[in-house]
Amino acid sequence: MGPILEVKNLRKTYLGRGSKESKVVTAVNGVNFSLTEGICFGLLGPNGAGKTTTVEMMEGILAPTAGEILFRGEPIGKHYREKIGIQFQETSLQDYIRVREVLELFASFYPKRANIDELVRLCDLKDLLGRDVHQLSGGQRQRVLLALALVNDPELVFLDEPTTGLDPQARRNFWELVRQIRARHCTVVLTTHYMDEAHELCDEIGIMDEGKLIERGTPDDLLERHSCATLEDLFLTLTGRKLRG
Amino acid sequence: MVRFWAILRARNLEFLRDTEALSWNFLFPFIVVVGFGFLFTGGSQDLFKAGVIRSGAPKATQFLETKYIQFVDFVVEDDALAKLKRHQLDILINPSSRSYWISDSSPKGYLAEKVLLSTETDWKKSTIQGTDIRYVDWLIAGLLGMNMMFSALFGVGYNIIRYRKNGVLKRLKATPLTAFEFLSAQVVSRLILMLGTAFIVYFGSHLLIHFQMVGSYFNLFVTLTLGAVCLTSLGLLVAARTASEELGGGVLNLISWPMMFMSGVWFSLEGAHPWVKKLALIFPLTHFIEAARAIMTEGATLAQVSPNLFALMIMSAVFLALGSLLFKWD
Repeated sequence: MGPILEVKNLRKTYLGRGSKESKVVTAVNGVNFSLTEGICFGLLGPNGAGKTTTVEMMEGILAPTAGEILFRGEPIGKHYREKIGIQFQETSLQDYIRVREVLELFASFYPKRANIDELVRLCDLKDLLGRDVHQLSGGQRQRVLLALALVNDPELVFLDEPTTGLDPQARRNFWELVRQIRARHCTVVLTTHYMDEAHELCDEIGIMDEGKLIERGTPDDLLERHSCATLEDLFLTLTGRKLRG
Repeated sequence: MVRFWAILRARNLEFLRDTEALSWNFLFPFIVVVGFGFLFTGGSQDLFKAGVIRSGAPKATQFLETKYIQFVDFVVEDDALAKLKRHQLDILINPSSRSYWISDSSPKGYLAEKVLLSTETDWKKSTIQGTDIRYVDWLIAGLLGMNMMFSALFGVGYNIIRYRKNGVLKRLKATPLTAFEFLSAQVVSRLILMLGTAFIVYFGSHLLIHFQMVGSYFNLFVTLTLGAVCLTSLGLLVAARTASEELGGGVLNLISWPMMFMSGVWFSLEGAHPWVKKLALIFPLTHFIEAARAIMTEGATLAQVSPNLFALMIMSAVFLALGSLLFKWD
């Protein structure tokens, strides 16, 4: 099976702010990789490594400064957004809107729609349908946001730090949802700071630091290659122990 | 179209469920209209207002030296007579021909005549039939406009800025929803609300204080719609790129306060300096209020207020085009 997404020489620079002299900041510096269809790919890295910028370019939210992104061999274009699902790290929804209404609202944006009842079952939202989205707990909210990312029955889903701030029960419940998504042959791109989460869910991981992809492989291969017992050891070995942003 | 209707419905639900904002939107204009109705219906203005036609060679007249009378100059006699007819003037004089006019139904006109004749007696009298226009009759168009302005600028502009800041726009950007679909739904949603509010406030106030409506309701509806579109478009333009609620609020206040005082909401700009009158024409609210007031108090036709309506249309097109071009989701 060919790659669903290819990232070639991806680069993103910004004009830095705050200093007297304007300075070009390189957030992503020549990143290359491809994703095999159906896998869960984890993108790891310390704060400020360029993960979110890379993922936002892959999502089509940010325009790259240089390089290209190919979806099924073609540059991402007008209909790309219809085929992907996104759960942002930080997002908000309209005020005074209920869970069922927000699901129907987002479903209406897409030509291809998942069955809402099935999504409700998958994400365990049955008891929340009449609730205002702003009255949900952290775990409930993440399940709603995941359902929104799946509302168009996407071929590729981006989950940007989806379990940050959740309690252990809610995190494990979320992992189970991700496994169920994968069982639907959907490709998943996951960014996380939790190494156990990456080990648990990802078929492949890529580690970024200072805007570059510095290592890539299956979790077990990487542990063996670097003679580390855990992904956390591997992460610290590759990115150092210095405090980041 | 499916996406447009969906986002329009979501916006309407959001507004209808925000009961505090909803009740304030209806309550505030009522409070102002009724308050001003009681304050000014008793005719508590203590000045006489005299029109002076400046044509021909002016002759010296002591009457023009009288204290506590506001003198307003006119060049065209018919304009002045129209105002006298509506009791917006208490007396009209032409010093060059030594003639004056009063309305036969105006008590203040009767008193102003006594003052005029107490200084000089060689004036030729003419009377016209008129109907009194109270301050509240004159004010209602301004209040409808002011309410629309705040609703449009803050309801659309501030709301979009808040959506941008808290990430709602970024989430919507990740879907196939286009900026045009999103923005037009915001405009239509606010338009429905503003016209609905104007309808309720208008007829509610009418029941309470029975203000005058001389013109056609259809003409007023057309003017209200054009005014609402124009002010909403201005709100969109302010919100096109702003991501800070503080900056957005400041800009919206910077626009709305001068408009409130210079567009003729509370008082007429007739006696103002010419450059103030010219400056006021850059505000859409001025054009709305002039047109709505002319329809309500003078029975003006759409053709008669067409310069104001065209100004509103042109401003709407410019604001919408710029707002769409400059719009950023994040």
